[in-house]
Amino acid sequence: MKWINAIIKPFTLDDVREALAEVGVQGMTVTEVKGFGRQHGHTELYRGAEYVVDFLPKLKIEIAVTDEQLERAVEAISTAARTGKIGDGKIFVIDLEQAIRIRTQEVDGDAL
Amino acid sequence: MRFKLPRALAASALFLPGLAFAQAAAAPAKLDSGDTAWMLTATMLVLLMTIPGLALFYGGMVRAKNLLSVLMQCFAITALVTVLWVVYGYSVAFDNSGMAAGSTNIHSFIGGFGHAMLAGLKPDSLYLTIPEGVFVMFQMTFAIITPALIVGAIAERMKFSALLVFTALWFTLVYLPVAHMVWGGPGSFLGDLGVLDFAGGTVVHINAGIAGLVGCLVIGKRRGYPNTPMPPHNLGYTLIGASMLWLGWFGFNAGSAVAANGSAGMAMLVTQIATAAAAIGWTAIEWLTHRRPSVLGIASGAVAGLVAITPAAGTCGPGGALVVGLVAGVVCFFCATRLKRKFGYDDSLDVFGVHAIAGIIGALLTGPLAAPVLGGFGTVTDLGGQFWIQCKGVGFTVVYSAVLSYVIFKGIAVTMGLRVDEEQEQVGLDIALHEERGYNLS
Repeated sequence: MKWINAIIKPFTLDDVREALAEVGVQGMTVTEVKGFGRQHGHTELYRGAEYVVDFLPKLKIEIAVTDEQLERAVEAISTAARTGKIGDGKIFVIDLEQAIRIRTQEVDGDAL
Repeated sequence: MRFKLPRALAASALFLPGLAFAQAAAAPAKLDSGDTAWMLTATMLVLLMTIPGLALFYGGMVRAKNLLSVLMQCFAITALVTVLWVVYGYSVAFDNSGMAAGSTNIHSFIGGFGHAMLAGLKPDSLYLTIPEGVFVMFQMTFAIITPALIVGAIAERMKFSALLVFTALWFTLVYLPVAHMVWGGPGSFLGDLGVLDFAGGTVVHINAGIAGLVGCLVIGKRRGYPNTPMPPHNLGYTLIGASMLWLGWFGFNAGSAVAANGSAGMAMLVTQIATAAAAIGWTAIEWLTHRRPSVLGIASGAVAGLVAITPAAGTCGPGGALVVGLVAGVVCFFCATRLKRKFGYDDSLDVFGVHAIAGIIGALLTGPLAAPVLGGFGTVTDLGGQFWIQCKGVGFTVVYSAVLSYVIFKGIAVTMGLRVDEEQEQVGLDIALHEERGYNLS
């Protein structure tokens, strides 16, 4: 099993969710986050007072997938979240040791 | 005679003395239902300018942790000034006992207490052609918005208790005398000088703007200013507030005719023109120098235009209104964005940069633009002479407001203290002073 941790542009969320549903991903967790990468912040100007905004709003989506789903899931995210412009985000894949569905006590692949 | 107050006072008397006196001298005044209906409406419009108009305009510009403190200040000032106005304010501003045209005495500067507790006011008391009770209310709404304007200069750091004390003192020692000197009728100091101030550019905006500058200098900068970002937290509120100010200002300016007549109609028209011109002026110059037209900019420009046209609304023509608006929009842009930064004072929401500056621009331009030769509807023929009279009015108000405001602010600072402590300022005034939050989002 793998844990996919992806940072995406907020407005791509609906496309990403649909694309993941199509490849059989049944659940996800979404968090509003702020950060920076190569896309640096921007400046805002209020009555001449200039503020540099270093951290930009992004969404972090977290999903657990089986090893067989991994490739399609990563493909789905990277296609749906891509605009081709700087700041599209990143996808991180991490080994996942165990998964348990609390209600039924099913484990691992059955729990996803 | 039942009229103890000068019937020809108010703005109309100042630019059309002949007409106003002619009315007074004719048959005994009779209630006019059209005038009364309009003045009831105008009064509500001016109240709307403070709550919620100005409250939201300012509330959107502060940080989220101070939203409620600003709304609370505006709302509490509304209540406090109402009570003070009834107890002695109306009398001190408008009682005309001991006054005579051309004679300067103590009552040229301040009214008496003959109308304290609104003594003698009955349902059938008249002021010109409207019930005196309506006139009391109408003028009360002006007395409310003036100290509320000052809130913007000391936002995000002043103690609520100190603000209430300041409001009571400043209302008594600054607002009432200046209102009396301009609008007190024949024998009033600035009125007799011939200063034109139709709806309160001097009394309200210069007065409050100067007090704001003095206040922010005495109380000091917000912690972290100017290095810590303090961006407005909700410019949507600010734009809604500015829109309500724009709307309510028709009550302020057109209502200052104290009648539903041609003067009111023209005041409404020139108010709209100057406001739009100033919004465009500010936005254009901002677009050129900052490369972006901003929401805060267009809202600020509109307010600058409203302020600037206020003294001129009864005398300038549509062309003059365009000039007043454009000049105010452009000059106030530089004052709010450059002047403040250059001198480093923390006039948090630009009460000085917008209200005092636009008020002064408007007051000065009112003189020449009242002349028929420049499209005005006043009786001014000596353009330079009237300009000089306007300068004297502005100069006197600036000095009077600055000195008295300094004494009041300083007095409070050394007795009860003006500022919240560091920790309270850090947490935000909403939690620190009111134990509430503007936003409980989860």
